[in-house]
Amino acid sequence: MTWVNDHWGDIFTLARSHVWLAGVPLILGLLIALPLGWAARRWSRLYPVLISTSGLLYTIPSLALFVLMPIILGTKVLDPVNVVVAMTIYTVALLVRTVADGLGSVPDHVLQAARAMGYGGLRRFFGVELPLAVPVIAAGLRVAAVSNVSIVSVASLIGVPQLGNLLTDGYDRFITAEIIAGIVACVVLALVFDGLILLGERLLTPWRRAQVVRS
Amino acid sequence: MIRFDDVTKQYPDGTVAVDHLTLTAPTGKITVLVGPSGCGKTTSLRMVNRMIEPTSGTITLDGQDTGRMDEAEMRRGIGYVIQHAGLFPHRTVLDNVGTVPRLLGWDRKKTRDRSRELLERVGLAPELADRYPSQLSGGQQQRVGVARALAADPPVMLMDEPFSAVDPVVRDQLQDVFLDLQSELGKTIVFVTHDIDEAIKLGDQVAVLRVGGKLAQVSDPAYLLTHPVDDFVADFVGRDRGYRSLQFQPAPRLPLRSERTLVVGESTVGLTEPWVLVVDDERRPLGWVEPARVNGEVTSEALHRGGTVARASGSLRGALDAALSSPSRRGVIVDDSGTLVGTVRGHEVLSLIESAERPDVDRPDALAGHRGEGLA
Repeated sequence: MTWVNDHWGDIFTLARSHVWLAGVPLILGLLIALPLGWAARRWSRLYPVLISTSGLLYTIPSLALFVLMPIILGTKVLDPVNVVVAMTIYTVALLVRTVADGLGSVPDHVLQAARAMGYGGLRRFFGVELPLAVPVIAAGLRVAAVSNVSIVSVASLIGVPQLGNLLTDGYDRFITAEIIAGIVACVVLALVFDGLILLGERLLTPWRRAQVVRS
Repeated sequence: MIRFDDVTKQYPDGTVAVDHLTLTAPTGKITVLVGPSGCGKTTSLRMVNRMIEPTSGTITLDGQDTGRMDEAEMRRGIGYVIQHAGLFPHRTVLDNVGTVPRLLGWDRKKTRDRSRELLERVGLAPELADRYPSQLSGGQQQRVGVARALAADPPVMLMDEPFSAVDPVVRDQLQDVFLDLQSELGKTIVFVTHDIDEAIKLGDQVAVLRVGGKLAQVSDPAYLLTHPVDDFVADFVGRDRGYRSLQFQPAPRLPLRSERTLVVGESTVGLTEPWVLVVDDERRPLGWVEPARVNGEVTSEALHRGGTVARASGSLRGALDAALSSPSRRGVIVDDSGTLVGTVRGHEVLSLIESAERPDVDRPDALAGHRGEGLA
């Protein structure tokens, strides 16, 4: 515990960059997955292609992807952008299917009604389809958030600092307290992400908690 | 006026859903499309607002080809009600009703005022406005569906089995509310149902379709019941069509008898009749009582309530049913305010029916209609 007490500042700085490296890709990934998921739904032939491609992307080992990034993007080896882009790819890989399935969960008679009322494409998407897909998308987002928090720690191996540094450094220098601190901090961060997504979902879906009262 | 002109819908696999349909739905009237499953009635309806594209033929709204209109814009001018209401689960009742006005760009205040007004008109309590659809019963949801279709006051309404998914009692109420609204609003309505009773109750004009999407007969309901054009239509309109057609024959002056009545609390002692009618303080009939069984004060529980009550200004069907359903065999007849005017016997109604004229077989307007291949 003394180690932790002496290093609050370091832990906090590392945690902050961990939040950025895991959080920004989560938002970017969602924004990219939305049109892709919509397209997978819209053109049924695209669905298997997009789903298997995104599934394959997720199987690329994170270390390999981190190392490849500077080559593909032409960035510096230590640039955190490498991590952000790689993590965004993982998030998209996880969320395309979620978004497509979420949009698919909207009842058909509701969609028919929306069309028949005179909802045009884009308005129907944002006004009817997306709000009704929120529960499914939020569930996928929670998985992606936890996965991001865990994968980002690997970036220590390519020299981009975040909470993973506590693990590598603790391992190199035999400081058990530092390793435990790193694990606990990651878990806490994952829980915070999870809680925030849950809160957002609740705010966006008041209709799901409406009590069934009949009169 | 909605006009189908030689409209056909054929799917890529070769199935013909609608086969050369030519039909006019007159302005301000309810046209019911009725037929067994697979007769193309829903497909026909959905081609009106281009939810389904016809393979050939044209559909016009007041002379304008719907194929040449902007789809979204055209649909905002057509009210649409479907079977399970199709309400938006994520929006409150009030916001659901305001859907089309908002799409048309009305401001918030005007939309909400209009939505509240419509909820009242379809008979929903104002406190339901802020609920979500999942918090309503099936019948209430369907009322919201009707209110939503009416919100922007469209001249045309398309209704696809709107009352099929609710229980018979609620369905009856919804139909009455709907007819009430229509008598005020006079919309041009195309209504799809598989239920011939509903078609006959609601339709100003009924079009019977057969499997394969061919029009078998179109006429007003009374004529349909008395003059089915072929065996298919005859079977479809049902076995008791002779009885049901009586509902379109207004009862002439009924030979009413006055009836001895009691009110709840009075004694039956000394009465010799097997059945005596019990009324309330304003002489509205409550039910029949058997004095021999009660032998004392008439209580509300002792009343036999099986008999129907017919209005003197109603149809022959109502009068006959009142007589047939009454335990005393005397049918109870009331005036428009529900006050007892007398009773009538079954054989008296029957002789009125026998002496009444049947609708003319050679009525030219019905025969000139679109009968498909029926009597060809």
